[in-house]
Amino acid sequence: MNTIFLILAAISVVGTGAAMSLRNAVHCVLALTFGFTGIAALYLQLGAQFVGFTQIMVYVGAVAILAVFAIMMTHKPEPAKPSTFSSSWIEGSIVAAAVFSVLAWAVHSSSFSRQPSPPQPDATVQQIGVALMHHFVLPLEIMGLLLTAALIGAVVIAMDRKEELK
Amino acid sequence: MTHLVLLAQQLDQIFVIAKHWLLGFVPTAAQALVSAIISVVPILIVFPLLFAITTWLERKGLGRIQNRYGPNRVGPFGLLQPIADGIKSLTKEDIVPKTADHAVHFLAPVLLVAASFMGYAVLPIGRNMVLMNLNAGVLYFFAIGSMMELAVFMAGWSSRSKYSLLGAMRAIAQMISYEVPLVLASIVIIMQAGSLSTVSIVEQQTSYTGIWPHWFVFTPWGFAGFVLFMIAATAESNRSPFDLPEGESEIIAGYYTEYSGFKFALFFLGEYIGMFATSGMAITLFLGGWSAPFSFLTWIPSYVWFFVKLLTIISVFIWIRGTLPRLRMDQLMNLAWEFMLPMALLNLFTAALWHFMPAGLSRWLVCTALVVVPCILLSRGLKQRKKFQVRTYHYSE
Repeated sequence: MNTIFLILAAISVVGTGAAMSLRNAVHCVLALTFGFTGIAALYLQLGAQFVGFTQIMVYVGAVAILAVFAIMMTHKPEPAKPSTFSSSWIEGSIVAAAVFSVLAWAVHSSSFSRQPSPPQPDATVQQIGVALMHHFVLPLEIMGLLLTAALIGAVVIAMDRKEELK
Repeated sequence: MTHLVLLAQQLDQIFVIAKHWLLGFVPTAAQALVSAIISVVPILIVFPLLFAITTWLERKGLGRIQNRYGPNRVGPFGLLQPIADGIKSLTKEDIVPKTADHAVHFLAPVLLVAASFMGYAVLPIGRNMVLMNLNAGVLYFFAIGSMMELAVFMAGWSSRSKYSLLGAMRAIAQMISYEVPLVLASIVIIMQAGSLSTVSIVEQQTSYTGIWPHWFVFTPWGFAGFVLFMIAATAESNRSPFDLPEGESEIIAGYYTEYSGFKFALFFLGEYIGMFATSGMAITLFLGGWSAPFSFLTWIPSYVWFFVKLLTIISVFIWIRGTLPRLRMDQLMNLAWEFMLPMALLNLFTAALWHFMPAGLSRWLVCTALVVVPCILLSRGLKQRKKFQVRTYHYSE
C-alpha cells in the first residue's frame, strides 16, 4: 500500500465515481477516460507494460472516441439537467453497504486470501507473443474472427444500397 | 589518430557525461528524481526551439514556393519573426464563447500539448540518449498518440459552434482512419527487428556493408513502409494536403475556431510537436535513428545526425504543403481505407517473404515486384470516376 498505489487508486476511483455522478453526458465520458488512465497506470505500476499501454490505446484511444461519437450523434447540446440522484438514496446506500460487507467477509475468510502471492511473472512482450502463438492460438483466431465479423457488419450497415426496383 | 577517435567519442557522449557529472552533486536518495528532471528539461527546451525555427522555415519556404518573400521585416531575413509571433499570441485577449463548456474548453489544449510531449520519451536522440528504454516502446508511442484524438474532440465539442463540431468530427475520422496504416507500416519493422524497444531497433541499423548503412528504408518492404508511414504521419498531424479539418478556406479553422491568443498558440505548438515526434519515430524505425548515412561519417556526433534527418523530413513536409492541393474528405478516406490499408497488409506479407527467402538477388527482385506491382494496379484500379448521388442510409429509413 505505498504512496503511488494510493494516488493511482484515487485517480481511478475519482474518475469512475465522477463518471457516474456528473450531469453532462460528455463530462461523464471524459471522467471515465480519466479513470481508464488510472487503471492503465496501475497496470504499469505492476510491471505489465504491454497490458498497460494496450489499455490506453484501446480504451482511451478507441472506446472513449466511440462513446463520444455516439453521444455527439444522438444528444442535442442541452443545458445541464437537474440532479440525477434519486430521493431514496439513504435506503440505497444502506443496501449497498450491506452487500459490500457480505462480499468482503466472504473474500476475506476464503482460502484464496490466505495463499502467499505467487512470484511475479516477467511479462515481457516476447513472452506474451510466444504464449499467444503457442498456448492461446485458438482464442487468438476466434478473436480475429469476431473482429472481422464486426468490421463486415459495420461496412454492411454503412454501405450505399443501389435503388431496388419494386 | 586515436586521440581524434577518443575526442569524437567523447563529443558523442558529451550530454551523457554532463548528466552524470551533475548527478554527482546530488545525494543518492534524490538521484532518481533529479536524473529524470535532468533528462526531461532538454526535451522541453530543444523541441519548442525547433518549433520556433520550423515556423520561420515554413513561412519562408512557403513564401518562396509561392514566388514571394516570406516575412523579412523582423530581424535579418525575418529570423526574429517567431519571437514576434510569440509576443503576439501571449498578449492577445483570451475570448471564450459564453455558451462554451469552460472546463473542457480549457483542458483541450493542455491535453494536446501534454500528449504530444509524452511521445518523446522513447525516441533515441543519440547513442545512449533515450529518456526511457521501455520494453514496449513503440506501443507506448502509439498509445500516447491515440490520446491526441480525445483532445481534438474536447476542443470541438466544448466550443458549441457548428464549425468546431464539424471540424472535430472530420479531424477525428481522419485521425482514426490513418492510424491503421501508420501502425501497420511500423509493424513490419517490429517483425523484422524482433523487438518493440526503440533502442534495439536503432541498434540493429547501425552496421555497415562497405560504406552503405543497414537502414530499414533501403529494403523494398522498408521503403514501402516508410512511404506509407510518412503519408499517414502527414494525415495524423492534419498537415496539408490532409488539412481539410483545419483549412481556412473550408471551415474557418475547424476545431480551434473559438480559441484565441495563447490557447491557439498551444494548439499550434501541440500539432507541430506531434509532427516532430512522429517524424522522430519514422527516423527511429526506418532511417536508422542516430546512425550516420555513410561509414566514413561516423565521427560526427550521433545527435547531430538525428537532428539533420529531422530537419530534412520537416523540409519535405513544408515542400509537400506548398506543392500539393488539399484532398477532399471522401478522397482522403478512400485513400486511407482503399489504397493504404491493402498496401500495408501486402507490405506485411512482403516482409515475411523477405525473412524466409535466402539472402541474394532473388529476394530483392521478388519483394520489389511484390511492392511495386500492387501499388500500380491499385492506383490504376481506384481511379474510376465516382458518380455522386443522394446518399441513403439503409437502416435509418
